[in-house]
Amino acid sequence: MSTDSLTFIFLNALIINNFVLSLFLGICPFLGVSAKLNTAWNMGLATTFVMFVSSLCAFGLNILLVALDMEYLRLIAYIAVIASAVQLVEMVMKKFSPTLFRALGIFLPLITTNCAILGLALFQTFRDYSFLQSLVYSLGAGGGFALAIMLMAGLRERLDLSFVPDVSQGAVLSLMLAGLLSLSFMGFAGLGS
Amino acid sequence: MNSPSPHSTQPSALSLIATLGVVALISGVLVVLVYQLTLPAILENRRIALERAIFTVLPGARSRINFALTAEGLERIDDQQTDGPRVYAGYDLSGKLTGVALEASAQGYQDIIRILYGYSPKCSCITGITVLESKETPGLGDKIETDPEFLVNFEALDGRLNATGERLNNEIVTVKHGKKSNPWEIDAISGATVSSKAIGRMLNNSAQKTFPLIMQQLQKLTQEES
Amino acid sequence: MVDLHPNKPITLETFTRGIWEENPVFVMLLGMCPVLAVTNSGANALAMGIATTFVLVCSSILVSLLRHRIPKQVRIATYIVIIATFVTIVDYVIQAISLELYRALGAFIQLIVVNCIILGRAESYASKHRPSKAIINALGTGLGFTIALLCLGLVRELLGSGALFGINIFGDSFQPWAIMILPPGGFFVLGTWLLLFSWMRLRKEGKPTSQEKEAGYHEH
Repeated sequence: MSTDSLTFIFLNALIINNFVLSLFLGICPFLGVSAKLNTAWNMGLATTFVMFVSSLCAFGLNILLVALDMEYLRLIAYIAVIASAVQLVEMVMKKFSPTLFRALGIFLPLITTNCAILGLALFQTFRDYSFLQSLVYSLGAGGGFALAIMLMAGLRERLDLSFVPDVSQGAVLSLMLAGLLSLSFMGFAGLGS
Repeated sequence: MNSPSPHSTQPSALSLIATLGVVALISGVLVVLVYQLTLPAILENRRIALERAIFTVLPGARSRINFALTAEGLERIDDQQTDGPRVYAGYDLSGKLTGVALEASAQGYQDIIRILYGYSPKCSCITGITVLESKETPGLGDKIETDPEFLVNFEALDGRLNATGERLNNEIVTVKHGKKSNPWEIDAISGATVSSKAIGRMLNNSAQKTFPLIMQQLQKLTQEES
Repeated sequence: MVDLHPNKPITLETFTRGIWEENPVFVMLLGMCPVLAVTNSGANALAMGIATTFVLVCSSILVSLLRHRIPKQVRIATYIVIIATFVTIVDYVIQAISLELYRALGAFIQLIVVNCIILGRAESYASKHRPSKAIINALGTGLGFTIALLCLGLVRELLGSGALFGINIFGDSFQPWAIMILPPGGFFVLGTWLLLFSWMRLRKEGKPTSQEKEAGYHEH
């Protein structure tokens, strides 16, 4: 498979190099918002949406920065523009689609400081992705995040019903589960060759 | 600017913008200052890293010239120009062309592997490879960087062109460990077949595309000899 | 967490709190992404710790100096711009020092900007205290973060490549546990450290965990 093909970029971001389980991006929400499957689903959806929007913004912004020869302002510009874009989307959503806002609203400000978003914007720039490739990459990465957080939530919901020693409650258990998930995702390596 | 106490009323929009403006100004000045100060050192570091890689894959080379490879031919460029695939021509102490270094990449086991490899038009063979970027499994796939038995493959890997000069005479392929019988075959590392195959694939793809062009442009490369 | 008397003198506690009691990683579970991602060797962990501490201290000083000037409405935006500035500076300085180190840390240098420890310190401490106290507190938190990174980095390097800071420890007969320097190893080692700390905490609180565990078993 060619490394530039859209299918490959999508699969690569979704499972081979999963943002959470192999690149360690977005660990905070992955551990923090994965107690209930329902919330995890909403979080995954909101993150994918924000990734898509920021990927668009970052692509446009990068063209501008390269044209002006001001690449050294890239980081500052990305974080500022992504944060304001999300804020804007939040306001528009509140006005035009209150149902969607109720489901995703509380997650949006949290997601802005999620390193997966900035990571996505930086990676697509480093790899010189075209417009279409960037969009596909953002969807793959968002899908991968949603997949990981939902798998995690499913496991944790089941573990709620079983007996776990006091000493390994909470973060310890979550990290061990994440390790096992990450181990199983390593099995997807080699898929692209 | 105002100095709000915790109970102050809403400050005017102007003062909000003024604060942000001042902070942005300070940060802009700081960033540009550091950028200007560190730029020479950064470029020097990159140059050293690049030359170390080029001189590893082109034994005997002591200086190099960059070219951009396009359909029309080779064009001399400097380090700052980044667009398009590049060819680094290496010259020895007496100024003779020792070979050209080229970049190639393909999907490995975990992620994309990027290498630099040397090609000597004189012997029509690949003279060495060095891995620029790889995330292969430690202890298995990452042996492509260090395993001496594997790297021996690339000391004189056959890259002759066919009679018409449009393609390689023999496709470069990776074969199972211990099964190498021809000079255009690569002996895979046992336990790291996927990574070894990726190297073979990227070399073949890159060679099929660039070797014919380089042979056509050989005169231009030797012209630069001093 | 917030001091009621911002002007009370600097005590040792201002410094040590971030190292143990409020250790950003082991207690507050903040900034997990770099903790897991760049700790596959001791050297990387140390470099990341120093870089983060530098950004933490510099942004704390600036935020603290400007604390009476920044209107509340735009404070987060201002903090982020300040932090991003220092991260960009660190990014260029590391590139100038060593390209190899820069490649090893990858995008995680630039991602310091979204490390919640730094924004958290700016918001909850530096914006309420005078610069001298903010520096001490930032140094303590940075040191706590660096120690946590080293705890992971040293264990992972020792088991995963049989070395410490690149120096071979176990000799050639040692078969490295490659899994330790791969992603799952990061999760497992951090989980084990947290397990150790939670066990110590339970012991300190005087709850005999093993007996409690047994009692729990019988109830089920």
